[in-house]
Amino acid sequence: VAGLYGGTILERFRHPRHLGELEDPHGVHEDVNPLCGDRIRVEVRLADGDEVGTVRYRGDACAIALASADLLAEMVEGRPVREALAVDRDTLLRALGSEIRRSRLGCVALPLGVFRAALAGAGAVSR
Amino acid sequence: LTLGERVRGDFPILARRIDGWPLVYLDSAATAQKPRPVLEAVQAFYEHSNANVHRSIHTLGEEATELYEAARDRVRAFLGARHREEVIFTRGTTEAINVVAHSWARRALAEGDEILLTEMEHHSNLVPWLLLARERKLRLRYAPVTEGGRLDLAAFDRLLGRRTRLVAVTHVSNVLGTVNPVAEIVERAQAAGARVLVDGAQAAPHLPLDVAALGVDFYAFSGHKLGAPTGIGALYGRREILEPLEPAFGGSEIIKEVWLDRVTWNDLPWRFEPGTPPIAQAVGLGAAVDYVERLGRAAIAAHDADLTCEALARLAEVEDLALYGPREAEDRVGVIAFNLPGVHPHDLAAALDAEGVAVRAGHHCAQPLHRRLGVVGSTRASFGVFTTPGDVEALVAALRRAHDTLGLHPTHRTEEGS
Repeated sequence: VAGLYGGTILERFRHPRHLGELEDPHGVHEDVNPLCGDRIRVEVRLADGDEVGTVRYRGDACAIALASADLLAEMVEGRPVREALAVDRDTLLRALGSEIRRSRLGCVALPLGVFRAALAGAGAVSR
Repeated sequence: LTLGERVRGDFPILARRIDGWPLVYLDSAATAQKPRPVLEAVQAFYEHSNANVHRSIHTLGEEATELYEAARDRVRAFLGARHREEVIFTRGTTEAINVVAHSWARRALAEGDEILLTEMEHHSNLVPWLLLARERKLRLRYAPVTEGGRLDLAAFDRLLGRRTRLVAVTHVSNVLGTVNPVAEIVERAQAAGARVLVDGAQAAPHLPLDVAALGVDFYAFSGHKLGAPTGIGALYGRREILEPLEPAFGGSEIIKEVWLDRVTWNDLPWRFEPGTPPIAQAVGLGAAVDYVERLGRAAIAAHDADLTCEALARLAEVEDLALYGPREAEDRVGVIAFNLPGVHPHDLAAALDAEGVAVRAGHHCAQPLHRRLGVVGSTRASFGVFTTPGDVEALVAALRRAHDTLGLHPTHRTEEGS
C-alpha cells in the first residue's frame, strides 16, 4: 500500500516510540474526532525551565492520527513550551511526508489539540 | 453470465479507473451507482420537459406534472401500496421519518408514551425520536441485538407494552445486513395497539417489497440507494392514518386555500410535499424503478443472495478478519461489515481504495450498534445489481494484502474509549 501509508506513517504506526502512559503526569487530556469517533489521550510532564519534559499518548485511532501523535511527541519533548505550542498542523504534515487527503486532515490535527489542552492542564500555557 | 456481469455495461461510472486500478465499487449501501436509463431520463427531462409542476398551464408544465405523477405511480407499484395517495415524495428516508415524527407522532403521542426501537437503528431512525422524546416527554425503549446479529424477538415482546404507541424498526440493518421479520413485528405491534414505521433504506435495493401485505403503517426509503438521483425518496403511509393529519412543514403546494388568518389543506399526497418538489429527481426515481423491475426483483434478490453467500465464505478465510452479522446468507443481504483487529477501519478503507476497491468505513451512522459490538467502527462492503463475483474476489485479495501491510500491532486503546 504505497502513497498514503508509505514511509513515515506506516513506520510510526508499527513502531511507535512515544506510546504509553506516564507515572505522574502534570497534564492529561483526551478528546475525540466527532467525524470518525477517533480518540486520543495525551499525557505530559514538564521539565525545569518551562520545558516540555516527557509526552506519552494512547489512542483508539487511525494510523495517520497515531503517527501524527508519535511525531508530535518527538518534536516537542525537551523544547520550551513556547516553541512546542508553535508546532502546528503544517509542521506535522511536512513531517508525515505523505500526501494527506482533505478528509483525513482532521486525523493529523487531533493529537495537536489534545496535546495543547494537556499542556494547558499542566499549567504550562499561562506560565 | 451472472446478473452483475450482464448489467455492468449499463453503469458508465464503472469504466473509471482509480490510480490505474479498475473501480471495484462496493459501497452501494451508502449510495448506488446510476444506470444509463436513469441518467438519460434526467437529462431528457431537462432538455425536453422542464417546468414546474401542478401550477403551469403551458405544455411543458403539463408534461412535467404528468412525468412527476407517473413516477409516483411507479413508486406505488414498487412498494406494493394500494393507493397513490399513500405515496409521498420526500428528500429521502431521513425526511420521510421526520414527516412521521412531526405530522403524526407529535400529535398522537403524549407524555409517558413509549416508542420501541432497536439497537440496530441508523441515526436517521433514532435522532428524530430522541428529539421528539425530549419535547413530548416520551420514553424510548430498545430491543436488543443477539450475539448472532439478529433482533432479539423475545426481548422485543417483553418491551412491547401497554404504553408502546409506535414501533420504529429498520427492515434491513445497514451494518449487519440482517433482514428483520417485519411481518411478524407488525403483527405483534398492532396486536399491542402500536403503529409500525419501517426504515426501508437498505431493504428497497435488495428485496421485493409489499407494504400492503406486510401491513406496515409507515414505510420510508431513499431513491439514491436504488440507482436514482440523490434528493428523492418516499414515505408510504396508510391512507386512513394520513387522511386526518396536518402537514409537517408549511409552504406552497400543501394548501387548498389560504387566508390571512387561516388555511385549508390540500389532498393527499400533496399535503406533505411543500414547495417545488425535486421534479427531475422524481423522474429519475421512476426510471430507476423501471430499471430494477426490468431486471426483476426476484432475480436481484437471488443475485444478492449468491454474492452474499460467496462473500461470507471467502471473507471467513481471510486471516484474523472479524465479521459482523448473521453468518448464514439466509435472512441477510449483501451488506457486510468487518474489522481487521488492530487496524483502524479508515486505514483499511484507504488501503483498499489504493487498489481501486471502494468501501465504507466508520460508524455508518449506527454508533449505538457499534458500541453494542464493542468497536468504534467497522469497514463495510455492500453490493448492488452491478456487483460481480470478480468484485468479491478483488475485495478478498486487497484485504489479504492490507493484512500483510498494516498487520497486527500493539493495541492503542484508551481506557475510556474501550
